[in-house]
This record gives sequence, C-alpha cells and structure tokens, in this order.
Amino acid sequence: MLDVIWLVPALPLVGFLAILLFGRRLGEPGAGYVAAAAVLGAFVVTVGAFFDLLSLDEHHREHVSVLFSWVPVSSLQIDMALLADPLSITMALFVTGIGFLIHLFAIGYMHGDPKFSKFFLYLNLFVLSMLMLVLGENLLVTFLGWEGVGACSYFLISFWHTRESAATAGKKAFVTNRIGDWGVMLAMFLGFQAVGSVSYSALNGAAESGALASSTATGIALLLFVGAAGKSAQLPLYLWLPDAMEGPTPVSALIHAATMVTAGVFLMTRMNPVIAASADYAPQIIAWVGALTALFAATIAVAQHDIKKVLAYSTVSQLGYMFLAVGTGAYVAAVFHMVTHAFFKALMFLGSGSVIHGMHHEQDMRRMGALRTVMPITAGTFIIGWLAIAGVPPFAGFWSKDEILLFTLASSPVLYVIGLVTAVLTAFYMTRQVVMVFFGEARWESHADDHGAHGEFRPHESPPIMLFPLVVLAGLSVVGGAIQLPSFGIIPDSWRHRLEDWLHPVVEPGEAVIKGTAAYDAKSWLALLAIACAVLGIAAAIAVYAKGRAKPFEPELLARGWRYDETVSAFMGGPGRRAFDAVARFDSGVVDGAVTGTASGVRSVAERLRRGQTGFVRNYSAVVVAGVLGVLIWFVIIRGVL
Amino acid sequence: MPEQFIAPSIDWFALSPYLVMVAGALGLLVVGALTPRWPRGLYSLVSALTATSAGVLAVFIWNDVAEMGPGTLVGGALSHDAFAQFVTIAVCAATALVALVTDAEVRGTVLEGPEIHALLLTAATGAMVMGASNDLIVLFLGLETLSLALYVLAASERTAAGQEAGMKYFILGGLASAVFLYGIALLYGGARSTNLGEIVARFQSTVALERNDSLVLAGLALLIVGLGFKVAAAPFHVWSPDVYQGAPTHVTAFMASVGKAAAFAAMLRVLVIALPFHRDDWRPVIWVLAIASLVIGSTLAVVQTDVKRMLAFSSVSHAGFLLVGVEAAGHRAGEQISGDGLESVLVYLALYSVLVVGTFSIVAVVSRHAGGSTDISVFAGLGRRRPVLALALTILLLAQAGVPLTSGFVAKWGVIQSAVAERSYAIAIIAMVSAVIAAFLYLRIMVSAWLADPSEVEPEPVPAMTGVAIALAAAVTLVVGVYPELLLGWTDAVSNFAR
Repeated sequence: MLDVIWLVPALPLVGFLAILLFGRRLGEPGAGYVAAAAVLGAFVVTVGAFFDLLSLDEHHREHVSVLFSWVPVSSLQIDMALLADPLSITMALFVTGIGFLIHLFAIGYMHGDPKFSKFFLYLNLFVLSMLMLVLGENLLVTFLGWEGVGACSYFLISFWHTRESAATAGKKAFVTNRIGDWGVMLAMFLGFQAVGSVSYSALNGAAESGALASSTATGIALLLFVGAAGKSAQLPLYLWLPDAMEGPTPVSALIHAATMVTAGVFLMTRMNPVIAASADYAPQIIAWVGALTALFAATIAVAQHDIKKVLAYSTVSQLGYMFLAVGTGAYVAAVFHMVTHAFFKALMFLGSGSVIHGMHHEQDMRRMGALRTVMPITAGTFIIGWLAIAGVPPFAGFWSKDEILLFTLASSPVLYVIGLVTAVLTAFYMTRQVVMVFFGEARWESHADDHGAHGEFRPHESPPIMLFPLVVLAGLSVVGGAIQLPSFGIIPDSWRHRLEDWLHPVVEPGEAVIKGTAAYDAKSWLALLAIACAVLGIAAAIAVYAKGRAKPFEPELLARGWRYDETVSAFMGGPGRRAFDAVARFDSGVVDGAVTGTASGVRSVAERLRRGQTGFVRNYSAVVVAGVLGVLIWFVIIRGVL
Repeated sequence: MPEQFIAPSIDWFALSPYLVMVAGALGLLVVGALTPRWPRGLYSLVSALTATSAGVLAVFIWNDVAEMGPGTLVGGALSHDAFAQFVTIAVCAATALVALVTDAEVRGTVLEGPEIHALLLTAATGAMVMGASNDLIVLFLGLETLSLALYVLAASERTAAGQEAGMKYFILGGLASAVFLYGIALLYGGARSTNLGEIVARFQSTVALERNDSLVLAGLALLIVGLGFKVAAAPFHVWSPDVYQGAPTHVTAFMASVGKAAAFAAMLRVLVIALPFHRDDWRPVIWVLAIASLVIGSTLAVVQTDVKRMLAFSSVSHAGFLLVGVEAAGHRAGEQISGDGLESVLVYLALYSVLVVGTFSIVAVVSRHAGGSTDISVFAGLGRRRPVLALALTILLLAQAGVPLTSGFVAKWGVIQSAVAERSYAIAIIAMVSAVIAAFLYLRIMVSAWLADPSEVEPEPVPAMTGVAIALAAAVTLVVGVYPELLLGWTDAVSNFAR
C-alpha cells in the first residue's frame, strides 16, 4: 500500500469535499457516517502501509512519494511530497485509528445539533491537515498541515460561537498558536538558508554529517521548540488549552488530547539529529520546560471542579512529560508515551463526554457522584483510563511513564524528582476525579430542581455508538504498554523494545545511550518506586475524598491556575491593550481624523469639504513634510556632509 | 544657427501596447459620444478587450526582446526590455479585471457610459509608461497621466465620501508630485541629464567622492519621498486609508493594483537601475520605510472595523513587503550578479495586483447589496448566503496572509528569501512578525463570513462579469500557488533590463 500512501490524506479530503457540497442533503446522521467512513478508509490504507514497511529491511523503511514538484525553480526546490517511514506511519496509525473512533462517538454526541454536518466538515478537514503534518516529507508540507490543524482547532473551539466564552477561547488559541507558528517559520528559513533545502532528509543529513554548524542547529532547534511549545501547550504558552475545552467534547478528545497537541513532540522527534547537533543547553531547556510544565499543570489539576478542566490540565502535564523525554534524549519513550496517552486520554475525554451527555450538559464534578450505578460502562472504561494514567501496572501508562523517568534519572536527579512528584500528583488528582464523579453519594439528586424541565432528573447511560469507542479505547489502554516493554527479568526477549526496534532507523539513540549508568542498573528498583508513588497518590486521594479522613486541600490560588492566566490577561487587557489603543487613538485622532468622518455619513457635504480642505489634509501634509525633512536630513547631512 | 531637430526612429510595433490602450480610450470616447447608449456591459467588454490585447502584444514584444536583446525606444525615452513588458502585462491584467467589475458598479447611475472606461485605460497607459520609462521626465509624464486620471476616478461617485476622497487625494498627490518633480530638477543639476542610461554612465565615470554631490543626494531624497507617497509606504501612507475607503470600490481596486505596481516599477527603475552607485545612500532609507510600513500597516489594520479601511492598511503592509525586496535588490544593485531582489519585487507586484482586485471585487459585491456599507458586519453569514463567493474570498484572503499553496505565499517567500540571502535578517524577522499580526485581520473577515450569524438573509446578486473577474483572480491565486514555476520560470528574464 506504500505506493498509494497519498490515499491516506486524500480520503479525508474526499470526505471533506463531499460534506462541503452535499452536507445539507446528507444531514444527520448521513454526514457523520460519510466522515467516519473516510477516516476508516485512511486507517485501512495506513495499516496496509505499516505491514509493507514491516516487510522491508530496517534500512529501507522509507518511502517518499512525490505528489508534484511544487517549486522546481533553480535554487528553490520544494516538493509536495509524503514520507512514509516508521515514525510517520506510527503517527498516522493513531491519528486515523483514534480519529475514526472519535468520529463514531461524535455521531452520538452531536445528535440534534443544528450544525451537525458542519461539525463533521471541520473534523474531516482537521484529520486531513493532521495527516499532512505527520506525513510531510519536508518542513513546508508539515507547516501547511500545522497551519491547517491550527485553523480547524480555532473553528472547532468556537464551534458554539454564540457562547461568548467559546469565541474568546478560540481567539486565545489563535493568538498563542501564531506565536508558535512564527518560530516554525523562522526555523524553516534558517534551515533553508543553511542547507538549501527544507526536506527532513537534507536537514537531518546535514546535522548528522556535521555540515550544519552547531550555532545554526541550536537556532533551528530552539525556534522549532517555540513552535512546539505553542502547539503542544507548554509554559509559557499553555494557556489556550484549558480554555479550548469550550469546544464540543469529541473535539477535546481528538484535537486537544490525542493528536494535534502532540504535533510539537512529533516535530522535535522528527528533527532529533538537529537537536543532537545543537549546543548542550538546547535539550536542557526543552527538558526543563517540559518538567516544569508537567509539575505546574499537575498542581492546578488538583483544585479544578470542572470535569473537563481536570483532564485539560492533566493533558498539559502529560505533554510536559513528553518534552521531558525529548530533552533527555528519550525519543522512543516520548513517542511511546504519546501513543499510550492518546489511548487513555482520548478514552477519558470521551468518557467525560458521555458523563456530560448523560448529565444533560452538567460539567461540575461537585454535582456528580455515584454515577457508576447509572452509567456502568462509562464508569468501567473511565476507571481503566484512570489506572492507566495513574501509573498502575500493567496498564499502558505505567510502562511509558516509567521509561521516561528512567531516562530522566540518567540525565539529571533534579528533573527525576520533579517527575516523581508529578507522578504522585497525577495519581492523586485522577483518583479525586474518579471518586467525585463515579463514587460517593449521588449529589445530582439534590440539584434536580435545576433540571426541572426534564421532569424527574436521572442521568442515563449513553447510546451504543458512543459506548463502542469507549470499550475499544479501554482495551487499548490495558494492553497498549505491550508495544514497548522494558528489559525486565520475566519478560521474554522477543517482547521487549518492539517500538524501539521499529523506530530505529528514524531515532538513532535508544536504550543503549543510558546503558551502564547507575540509573540503568537500578531500573527494577525505580519501577517499584514509581509504583509506590502511584499507590501513594491514589491512597491519599481515597483517604481525603472517599473516606473524608482529611479536609480537601484546594486553595483558591491553585483553582485559578496560579493566577497566571489572569496576570497575562491583566497585562494584555491593561498596559498592553492601552498601548495598543493609544496607537490606534493617535492614528484616528491626530493623524487620520476621518476615521469616523468618511464612515459616518451624517454630516453635511459642506462641512466635510471644509474639514477636508482645512483640517485633516493639513495634518496629513504635515506628516508628509516631516517625512521629507527626515529623508532630506539623512541624505544631505548624514550621507552628504558627514 | 539653430540645431536641426532630428526625429528619432520609431519602432511602431514596440509601442503598440501604448497605442492600443490610447486608441481604445479615444475610440470609446468618440464612438461612445456619437452613438446611442450601448447595450449593457459592452463598454466594459470593449475596455477589457483593449487591455487584454495590449497585454497579449506585450507578450509578443517580450519574445522580440528575448531574441534581439534589450534596447531603448524613441530616442532613449522608453526602455525596450523584459522588465517593461512584465509590468505592462501585470497592469493590463489588473486593468482588464477592474474593467469587468466596473460595469455592475456604475450600471444605472449617471456614470454609466464610456467615460469611466476611457479614464481607466488612460490611467493604465500612464502606469505602463512609468514601468518602461528610461527618462525621468517621461517617468513624470507617466506618473501624472496615471495620477490625474485617478483623481477624477476617485471622485467619480457623487457621494460626500467619494468627493472628499478625491479632494484629499488630489491635494496630497499634488504635493507629492511637486516634491517628485523638484527631485528630478535637483538630480538633473547634479547629473546633467534626466536620461537613466546617461545618469548611470555619468556616475560610473566619476570617483566615489564626487558622487556625494549634495545636489544629487537632495534630489534622490525627494524622489524617494515622491515614490514613497505613490506606493503608500509609511509615513507617506497617510492619504491611503481615507482615499481607499472613500473612493468607489472598483477604483480602490485599481489604485491598489495598477497604482501600486506602476509606482514600484518606477521605484526600481530610479533606484536600482539608474542610481546603483548610490545604493549605500538610499538602502537605509528604504529599510526604514519598509519597517515602518510593515509595522504600521499590520498593527493599524487589526484595529479597523471597516473592511475597505482594513484592506487599505493591509496594502500598506504589502508595500512594506515589497520594500523588503527593494532593500534586498539594493545590496548588489549594479553588479553583474545582482541577486533575486528585483525579480522577487516584480513577482510580488504581479501576484498582488490580481489578488487585490479579486478581494475588492468581492467587497464591492457585498457592500452594494448592503447599501454601500463596508463595515465588517455586512460580511456576517456570507458563507451561508453565497458559499462560493465566500470560498473565493477565503482563498484570496489566505493568499493575502501568505498561506502556502496560494500565490501570496510564493510572493512572500520570494522577498523574504532574497532578504535572507543578503543577510538582512532583522528586516526579514520583522516582516514575518508583521505577517503574523496581519494574519489576524484576514482571519477576522473570514470568521465573520463563515461563522457569524447572518445579519441579512437575502443572498447578494453577483453580476456575471464581476463573477468572471472574481473567478479569474481566485483561479490565478490557486494555480500560481500550486504551480509557481508557471510564473517564476519567466521572471528570471526581467533582470536583463535596458537603460
């Protein structure tokens, strides 16, 4: 199937066009089925390509398919090309696979929405862009997808744009992402200038052969990291992601948990030879930003009451782990955690969507409780997701987190401690969430009067089309760790490091890097320590929230995200905004007073003309004359006389 | 004994694009005055056809130039080179598109008739002369031909806003023309000639110290100001928001495309071609103008609420991008291997001209339906009323923002790449940051068109000829975006200019 790899992005494109042209006729649920079928088709082709690659020799696992030569002029050679190699196919597999499940879920979740077909239009466009991003053979194709997923994310966050908060959240996502895009664009130009190409093979090849100067490599790596921090919601650019929860829940699961937000991690992994060629402080910066983001977001998650906000901060925190892995050279672990996180976080987001659906759009966890009795399947699958993220073996999250922590200790004990503390907090806040939502007493009954319109209020289990994806994802969250088992005593040799072997041609450094370090020798003890941390977090949360042994510690400061968002908004809304307004007012009041003059159309012609002749035109002339003087001074005095 | 006047030999075929345009203008006026009112749309078709045939002739002339090499015409007054033909083709294409749009805009008003088309063709002739001029006086004649026609066009609508726009444009344009002419006089004083070829030859043979004649430098300063005004580079852009907003939309489209293309072509002729030996003098000024235009254009565009005004500021920021290319061309002006600056500016101009006419055409359609308002609110719900029109608007706006796979990306990539190649990193970074800011403004219009609830339910009528113009503009935007080599293949020739 490698020869038809172009079908992978083409099928969502067909779906997009079909819904664009016939969306209204397809209506509900037709449009949803068309969209889901398109993504399923892409998944099937990707699976075919996966087996084709697998049958090839390790060093030939790379297939470039040039769709057309985009800019074939003299010094500028850029192809519209797709690259199928172990990394991109891994990404494409979970983008299309999880994407398909979320499409199915959304058919149930969006039931009755007046913009049903439009929702799937954007969703297919998103999948198309995401596939371009991961399959791109060069930075430019990736950037095209990068912009595309950003735009779709913006559209989907403000999908319910009649809600003021949704519109604002969309804007916030757009602005922070643009800051990141700026970094990627500059990195692209810098790479092009240094190597004369933007293709990954040329850039990485130059980095590996030493043709790329260390300073240039550092510049490219850090600029790409700016982009990655924007897209993957790291400090200080993370603040759009919690707000992005204003979008419909399937969007949160697909874009803001499983796929788009991992694009930054993907890009850094793709460019790993460039990072290796850059100065030592570049990976250190990445690791520290990742670790601090992981810890920072985990502390905030402890005090949230909105079911989706907890998961949003948890996503930021888990993405921090992935960057910690990238910064410590554990690229395989980063991709591993990206995959397992996609399983269990998509599962929990969809689970929360199922809860919200069953609770008639109630998102406050303080009004839930005991839902396991009425929503058994949602509860059961969510609990599997919880065990996976908390780091309980043998669930998927344990293995990937453990591998990241192992590499971290080999690199820096301080970062390791931050990672462990975050692991305790993760187990704590997830247990808190599970207890508040599914156990304890049913607090929704006391609030039944709020839902008077529904008569007797009783949460209900979701329809089968929403439960099916939950069950599949739960299964994957249980066994997902099997793709990269560590080298422990009882695990058979042939089961170990499957992902590392598969990714080997793309990601050179594997576990060999840390072999012989103290951390590597103690890895069995470290695994036990990680399990102890998970148990500690879970036990503490159960003691506080289920048994009531201690008062919950949820300070206002944490609930409001360390006031970081407010500080930024206050600055942007205060001095920043005022400076901007001042410029605008200067422009409208002094320089071009006719802002309202020509636009209002109330005043008489005579007055306009008089003003036109005596007032503003004089100001304009003054500006022109000032410019003339400035230019004259430059030429005659500075260039001429001096 | 008085010197005998020797008539220069004239290559009539090489002048045919100008002759066709002028003949078209006169023909429209004379025949139009003598015959009863023509059937609807015929005036527009005739003037569009005139512009198209002039453009096609320029293609043939380009062929001649490619075979026989560049030269001059009419006793050294005009250049006969690929540069001139490229500008002529771009101007003719934009003029033809504007002529198509004009029909629906003036139908049923007192303006319906041949006059407005005659003015368009005359103005375009002036623009073509500016792009081809090999003499400062001829350049000034072209400039005035273009400007005088534009003053009338800007004030052609009998509304208060239109009259005010025309008046402002006239007064400030007059000031700029005077400054420009004075610059020519001073430069003549220093170089003893107004002919570009002779100016180059004169400075080539003088030592560096003598080139720093303050007469020449003062002349250069005033020329830059005059041209800066015409291209609407900050801080000489002050007229453009008012005039763009107040003028009838089809005239705004013409100003933004043809006016800007001609002025930039003239700027390249004067600075890069005629004064390469003063490149270290003028390049820093262009640098400052570029940055001022980029920053002022993009930031002020974001705070506007009127779409035409937004696009006016966006056009200031486009001027900034073009100046980035001019600055890059300045690094190695006059050398054998001159870099990509000149080509990148011309490519940008050609692509931008088509883009901007398409964008303003859509604004014209929407605003006429909304009773002349161009507030951003009238675009709300366009996607639901006219999905195809909204799609075209999206394509054109994405291109203005410089998104890959549109012609706008090809244009922006070209100028930034040429700046980076000359190691002008600061200006390249500022250009990209301002592109990031400006993207917000295009997105605002798109979001309004697709996501906002419609303030109006009735779909706006799209006149056939306007529709054709919009479709052509959008098609060019996409085709060049996907296959840039169609255009880039040609433009390598333009640095082979005559003087």
